[in-house]
Amino acid sequence: MSPVLVELIVVVVKILVVIAVIFLTVLGLTLAERRVSGFIQDRLGPNRVGPQGFLQPIADAIKFFVKEDIIPSHVEKLFYVLAPGIILVPALMTFAVIPFGDQIITYFGNVETAIRFQLADLNVGVLYIVAIASLGVYGLVIGGWSSNNKYSLMGGLRSSSQMISYEIPMGLALVSVLMMSGSLRLQDVVYDQYQLWNVFRQPLAFIIFLVAAFAETNRLPFDLPEAEQELVGGYHTEYSSMKFSSFMLAEYINLITSSALIVTLFFGGWHIPFGILEALDLPVLWEQLLQIISFAVKTGLVIFFYLWVRWSLPRFRFDQLMRLGWKSLVPLGLANIVLTAIVMAIFV
Amino acid sequence: MIEVPVSYFLVLSAILFAIGVLGVVIRRNAIVIFMSIELMFNAANLVFIAFSNYLNNIEGQIFVFMVMVVAAAEVAVGLAIIVAIYRIRETVHVDEIKLLKW
Amino acid sequence: MLHMILFFTFAVIAVLSAVMVIAHRNPVYSAMFLVVTFFSLAGIYILLLAHFIAVVHIAVYAGAIMVLFLFVVMLLNLKTETRAPGAFRYMIYLALPLVVILFLELGHVVFHGYKAAYVRETSVGTVEHLGKALFSSYVLPFELTSILLLVAMLGALYLSKRKLTIEKD
Repeated sequence: MSPVLVELIVVVVKILVVIAVIFLTVLGLTLAERRVSGFIQDRLGPNRVGPQGFLQPIADAIKFFVKEDIIPSHVEKLFYVLAPGIILVPALMTFAVIPFGDQIITYFGNVETAIRFQLADLNVGVLYIVAIASLGVYGLVIGGWSSNNKYSLMGGLRSSSQMISYEIPMGLALVSVLMMSGSLRLQDVVYDQYQLWNVFRQPLAFIIFLVAAFAETNRLPFDLPEAEQELVGGYHTEYSSMKFSSFMLAEYINLITSSALIVTLFFGGWHIPFGILEALDLPVLWEQLLQIISFAVKTGLVIFFYLWVRWSLPRFRFDQLMRLGWKSLVPLGLANIVLTAIVMAIFV
Repeated sequence: MIEVPVSYFLVLSAILFAIGVLGVVIRRNAIVIFMSIELMFNAANLVFIAFSNYLNNIEGQIFVFMVMVVAAAEVAVGLAIIVAIYRIRETVHVDEIKLLKW
Repeated sequence: MLHMILFFTFAVIAVLSAVMVIAHRNPVYSAMFLVVTFFSLAGIYILLLAHFIAVVHIAVYAGAIMVLFLFVVMLLNLKTETRAPGAFRYMIYLALPLVVILFLELGHVVFHGYKAAYVRETSVGTVEHLGKALFSSYVLPFELTSILLLVAMLGALYLSKRKLTIEKD
């Protein structure tokens, strides 16, 4: 059992577990969104298929699989088929650097390995997230363009200009968080929040990042590109069955990823507050399990917040959206950086 | 120990640079010419980083930073010029934009 | 061994997509192939232990500059390129041998000059080192690049104003 082989097996198992958890969460999210929307709108959501509608996602999946997959004759075939894939890949790639727990040191046979609960411990982790977030634009642009349809093209271009406009406030909010943690590694950002979570230390950065994350994932109140009333279907007008469901899948995966990111950067990641874990003094594996559970619970709460906001706010018009991004959030982000620098210079 | 010789990276950069030059010469679409110029920039970046690693010197990577900024600024202004030309001539084919005054 | 395999994978992908950039008739395909080239180059930068530059390369080139190219191509609705009447039709037969000679000259010099030198395991590419250097010894070029970007922004804004169109008679 060489160390390289053990490392390889650990990494492969981690990847499979993460992908399985993400896809199960997406399945549950399709049902959760409809039930939560129903309750907010004073009605019950789908509750016929299985107890409390538990099997509804399976029914949806079967429907998407058996529907006929149409490729219209006037599309650019290569990009039309590739676009759902192009949009799924950055959404999944971002999850590779998010930590779910601390590391434990165990023995396989007689090889001592450190199992880190993070797929890839990059020391440029936060920058990697910024880079991958800026790649999420391509799927929309290519999908909109390849459909050879003016509604799709306009939807694709609007959505991509929205996404690149809101990358800047996101980056500026990240800079203020990084100024406090002093490192680009995401584990260091989590360790830095042991005393007090970043949502209390950097409230303005939290608000800016939250709004930018809403815009990046194309969720209401910023979902003009896929608004049915405005642009027929936006960039996914010409898509049917599995490719359409890939777009929806990518949107939900983006949702989960940005929730996980918000939790890691502002809510302490996998850290349990008030020193409960040190007080209980459990064996190491139980501690890790509790930390993973706390990460999952926090992410679930942020996802619920996303679903809640969707039906509570009206949709932004495109020029209002751009004005908010450029004229309000960017100056606020810069002011926050200056303020953080001044406070850090005086008190630290 | 990474057993890749540095010269391999330099030869790759030479190939990319040559392909970029070919693109500038034979393509007649202004935007594809621009993209070939970007390819040449990247070939130069690769040489800088290869030498920064080999000579254990940070200056190569600092210069790559500057080259990236210059490339970004050049693309912004260059594409604005192409759009302005397109509004008047309604083409981006460089063979058809050959009259200085109309 | 693993690094050799990685290098050749990235190098072959980079060269093939670079050839497709200049060979394909449709500018959108050229742009997407250039994105693939940038990705493989970022992989090569990581092989050279320049992590920060690799990630910034993806963020700046693949994430911003190519999106700008795609925007312009789609908004100008550029179709596949046709040959203009009166163009020099045999340019490729003249250009290709000359470019091959150029590559052979460049390649010969670099290949025989640095044959025994291998990639080192340095730490110059780490964020801390680069950040320290950028803000201490090289702070003047750094600030000048911000002014350069401001000037480029102003230039692009001014050039895209509507009043540059000329009324047709």
